Amino acid sequence: MPQMSIVEALNQAIAEEMARDERVFCLGEDVSDANGGYGGAFAVTRGLHGKFGPERVLNTPISEMLIVGMAVGAAMAGMRPIADVQYGDFLFCCMDQLVNQAAKMRYMSGGRVSVPMVMRAPVGATGRGAQHAQSLEGFFTHAPGLKVICPATAYDAKGLLKTAIRDDNPVLVFEHKLLYGGKRTESGALSMVGEVPAEDYTVPFGRGVVRREGKDITIVANLLMMYRAMDAAAELDEDDISCEVIDPRTLAPFDYELVIESLRKTRRLMIVHEDTYSNGWGAQLASYIAEHEIYLLDAPIKRLAAYDVPIPCAPVMEKFVIPSTARIIDAARSLMKM
Amino acid sequence: MKNTDTIQLESDVSAKTVVALPERTKALGMYESMVRIRKYEEQIYFLFLEGRISGSIHQSHGQEACAVGVLYDTRPTDYMASTHRPAGHDLAKGVSLRAMMCEMFGKANGCCHGKGGAMHMGDISVGAVPANAIVGSNIPIAVGMAYSCKLRRTDDIVVCFFGDGATNEGGFHEGINGAALWDLPVVFVCENNFYGASTHVQATMKVQTIAERAAAYGIPGERIDGNDLMAVNEAATRAIARARRGGGPTLLELMTYRIAGHSRSDASAYRPDDEESAWLARDPIKLFRGRLVEEKVATDAELDAIENSVQEEVDGAVQFAESSQDPEPEDALRNVYAGEGEV
Repeated sequence: MPQMSIVEALNQAIAEEMARDERVFCLGEDVSDANGGYGGAFAVTRGLHGKFGPERVLNTPISEMLIVGMAVGAAMAGMRPIADVQYGDFLFCCMDQLVNQAAKMRYMSGGRVSVPMVMRAPVGATGRGAQHAQSLEGFFTHAPGLKVICPATAYDAKGLLKTAIRDDNPVLVFEHKLLYGGKRTESGALSMVGEVPAEDYTVPFGRGVVRREGKDITIVANLLMMYRAMDAAAELDEDDISCEVIDPRTLAPFDYELVIESLRKTRRLMIVHEDTYSNGWGAQLASYIAEHEIYLLDAPIKRLAAYDVPIPCAPVMEKFVIPSTARIIDAARSLMKM
Repeated sequence: MKNTDTIQLESDVSAKTVVALPERTKALGMYESMVRIRKYEEQIYFLFLEGRISGSIHQSHGQEACAVGVLYDTRPTDYMASTHRPAGHDLAKGVSLRAMMCEMFGKANGCCHGKGGAMHMGDISVGAVPANAIVGSNIPIAVGMAYSCKLRRTDDIVVCFFGDGATNEGGFHEGINGAALWDLPVVFVCENNFYGASTHVQATMKVQTIAERAAAYGIPGERIDGNDLMAVNEAATRAIARARRGGGPTLLELMTYRIAGHSRSDASAYRPDDEESAWLARDPIKLFRGRLVEEKVATDAELDAIENSVQEEVDGAVQFAESSQDPEPEDALRNVYAGEGEV
């Protein structure tokens, strides 16, 4: 089976879907690599211009409302656009188009129009300061009408993005900058190369995956935090603390059942995300479990998240704000004492 | 100062040459379409006064020549993106009056199954996407629809309506710049009725006209008397033809005036009496009717017959809507997502 990075897997998913379905096209800032262009800020759309031409790999002005508004309009008029912003933080420039337009159009029309669009956005703190760093996936789980996914492996990146492109609803795809594994090297990046089948496949929404089985604590973590949870779990094995790590893969819809199934065995829950602490998807998961399955729990739910501050730039502070492997280990040890 | 400006604006546009009337069928069709909007809006107004409909209304009567003049010659496959004041645009684009009335009554058989209401009226089957109540946000969306027309190699076009207030929104700039850049088939139609809610347009921009903003995007911009049906139709015909042949977008500024206030509760205290009476005297339907009779295209009796028949259509729609089924409360939980197994 071919080995590839997440960047390569995303690129392959887009290229295959564009070849399969002529309604699919890309638009965004610097998405074309013609004439020395980037091919996407993180090179996800590199090479597509040569295969599909400038109309289907549309470089736009720096106009986020235009990019998302065009995607909404083109989607309602029969196309399947894949919109791209360079950094997730820029989505705040076009919240109206995402939340008032993309999310509500189908509903307001009584189901007579649909908005089959994909919005891709990189997230994660990488030493660039507060406006190029936020993990903002939680915002969009609060907007009925949107779907939110966060692939953390190459296999999921390709399979989930294909599902997103074929979905008849607006889907936001959050990709972590430190997991891309592209040619653009980032300090602290993981070398995320994984097996990706050569044949066409999709990964369904609303199905999480157990990345590691365990019997004492269920740790639910997404994107980069999933890898930190895996590292922590490996170390905790030496303390005889056995952690089960769940990657939800999609946040809306969310696979509560997988978490509940795991808790029947472990009876302890920890949630880790890079999004800030208050009112994020972790708070939603914790309250859902408390509301529906509190008797499964032998200890209080533990949540680890970025502290409720904007992401600072200096490496020593940035590192402090984001949950580390050491914080996960400490939290697991104290959770076992409860 | 407001008054002087207004009169100045009016004399600018009235100085143009008179556009000839079309052949009789089209002339009467356009008349009927304007009358349908007027009678619908008047009926809606009374229904609100009587408390038979809830919510708010943003009415379009007085601006009929803009909707009909621009949309009369469009195809069902052309798209139209409207605003919080959509009734005239929707009716002129061919959305069913009955289905709109049912929507106003919040009925299950409304054009948006009761989920849209007054500000989101539309019917995609005739090219009217759900109207947009966020000022200026329909502009980038219209550009995306036009990009779809281009990618699919059709010669369909998009008409995008907005008010004077929308031209100070970021979406206006981003959207028109994009459409101009890629020569997309859009006709941008600004209905300048002088007030964004209660604020006069000259209190919101340094330039004198909205049409001149087109120059910043390298596209044609033109100011037209929006109460002169044939002047609007002539300018729209040129703009639509330019869009269809791949020539790119045009910005039309149509000078017009609301008969009603901005919304249901607005008595328009900010509008000077002389301005109001001068504009209301230039009622677009009366102006067009005067020409039809004077130039012997139709008799008063024929035009009265059209008005009576439209009134019957509106009355029938009210009866039909009132006797229609309410949605089930739980229908509120449907249509959030598209797709198999989802509601």
